[in-house]
Amino acid sequence: MTLPGGLSRLATGLQPASSQRSRRGVSATIAIGGGIVAFIAIVGLLSLVWTPYDPGGIDPTSRLQLSSSAHWLGTDKFGRDVLSLLMAGSRTTLVVGIVAVGVAALIGVPLGIMSAMTTRWWGEAVMRANDLLLAFPALLLAIMLTAVHGQGVVTAMVAIGIASIPSFARVVRSGAIGVMKTEYVLAARAAGRRPLAIAFRHVLPNVTSLIIVQASVSFAIAVLAEAALSYLGLGAPPGTPSWGRMLQEGQELLFVAPRLEVFPGIAIALAVLGLNLLGDGLRDRFDPRLRDRR
Amino acid sequence: MSTPTTTPGYAGSPPPSPDRPAAPADVLRIDGLHVQVGDLELLTDVDLTVRRGERVGLIGESGSGKSLTALSIMGLLPESLEARGSIAVTGVGGRHTQVVGAAERELAAMRGRDVTMVFQEPMTALNPTMRVGDQVAEVMRIHHTVPDRRAAGARAVELLDKVGLPDPAEAARAYPHQLSGGQRQRVVVAIALANDPALLICDEPTTALDVTVQALVLDLIVRGVEARDAGMLFITHDLAVVASVCERVLVMYGGRVVEAGPVHDVFTTPRHRYTRGLIGASDLDLTRPDGRLYTIQGSVPSAGRFPAGCVFRNRCIHATVECESVPPWEGPGPEDGFACFHPVVVRS
Repeated sequence: MTLPGGLSRLATGLQPASSQRSRRGVSATIAIGGGIVAFIAIVGLLSLVWTPYDPGGIDPTSRLQLSSSAHWLGTDKFGRDVLSLLMAGSRTTLVVGIVAVGVAALIGVPLGIMSAMTTRWWGEAVMRANDLLLAFPALLLAIMLTAVHGQGVVTAMVAIGIASIPSFARVVRSGAIGVMKTEYVLAARAAGRRPLAIAFRHVLPNVTSLIIVQASVSFAIAVLAEAALSYLGLGAPPGTPSWGRMLQEGQELLFVAPRLEVFPGIAIALAVLGLNLLGDGLRDRFDPRLRDRR
Repeated sequence: MSTPTTTPGYAGSPPPSPDRPAAPADVLRIDGLHVQVGDLELLTDVDLTVRRGERVGLIGESGSGKSLTALSIMGLLPESLEARGSIAVTGVGGRHTQVVGAAERELAAMRGRDVTMVFQEPMTALNPTMRVGDQVAEVMRIHHTVPDRRAAGARAVELLDKVGLPDPAEAARAYPHQLSGGQRQRVVVAIALANDPALLICDEPTTALDVTVQALVLDLIVRGVEARDAGMLFITHDLAVVASVCERVLVMYGGRVVEAGPVHDVFTTPRHRYTRGLIGASDLDLTRPDGRLYTIQGSVPSAGRFPAGCVFRNRCIHATVECESVPPWEGPGPEDGFACFHPVVVRS
């Protein structure tokens, strides 16, 4: 499996050249990353209305077939069409990613902004609690939640979301601290604006770029986490198409039919690559220090 | 509290008042303001009055406490700083606010309505993610000086027109980055004047602008203030600007007011040694016998490093043992006088 850290480093190495090349328009990094993400999203949407076969359709007569004109990517041990499973699995990946990132952003962003705007003790307390959560292994949190609430996609989404809160809170806080020091916030205070209005009208719009970048990075992490959870049998239950589940089900046949591992593996790697490229590209675009380097 | 009645001709010539009676025309009256952080005193015994229609300059080097004074008036001091003394603001319609110790709600009502500010840096004084017109309209909406959103938008365009932006309707839809520095500062001025404040505080409003634009923006500010018969506190280290804009001036150093008086008097016959040095250093025609410009020796110490007694004595060539105690204020009143044991002797 591909590590997001390694990928982002690889992508970072590509950036200076690409940001130099395209000064105004969309950088190559964003174009490639965005293209991959859009492709997966379209496939996911398409699978709602059409897949070559029913992704849940078990057919004992056509088990473990190789690629053919009927089954482009072959079939698994239950005779299900791998391509159809992959297409339907992208849906789970997308939904888990969106909800997890949504949960993380909805809680992490206000926490970050609030702790940046206050000088009182609880602003600091929030961030220390944040550090505590950051230090807690996400997978362990997910296993705990599963033990309490039972296996399921919802549990996985919430667990991944909670685990992603700290990174949002941190990034937003650091950005918001910078915004709070600007003269336009001072001007807003000098104009009689109350803190809540300053948070919504002045701070939040000016950290949006940070939130977008963090969302794409967290999304990539959520994709990996969902795959890991489903692989461990803690995510998508049997019957729910999921890339992680496909890896798990194909594991016992690793030496008989390695393609059952390769195809979902490629799908996961591609999704993470696309999201990381998109995140890095957006960060370059929004970061004035990198943007001005021409 | 009675509403101060002001006559149009009053603006240019405030009557000299040696004993500072609590005239109803005072829009700002600071008495014995001290600001400190922990045991460190940042402002010491600052007295300052601004009347309606009066333009008062506050000059001094960076770190002398000018901006801190401005923030104190707005009640925007960081929470770690503690203010003592009295800052009385008489705002629009005679509304009275005692800034020191006021509740946040009371301060919010005063800021942007009775007292407004023009900031130094037009590049950062506007929110980059909001349209310029919305930012002008916002300050009127906060204080309900316009009936509704539509009226605020129309009034914003009108204000942008008044501050001399070409095609104000188009400018109102622009984002700050689409405007030049001078245009942005005009927008900041429009925001500051939108609610017809009683007092306008300008913190180095032209320092960041091109010289060619400076005069235009200054003129704009002065005309705006005169039209509203508002008081103005003008903070700068540019003495030439003070000379052309203000009627009275206060010289600050080390968190104290070291000299005060009418602009003409202070600039032609300075009494405090620091004022003398400041004016000498500002005059680029004046050179020493060796052909170099006059400077004040040394540099402004950081807060808390000022010497006890006369705060200027470690940079003053005239300092004696006497200067180790705080020099008393000499002069007819807080608006005209100085605090120096060895003043520049005026030969008449």
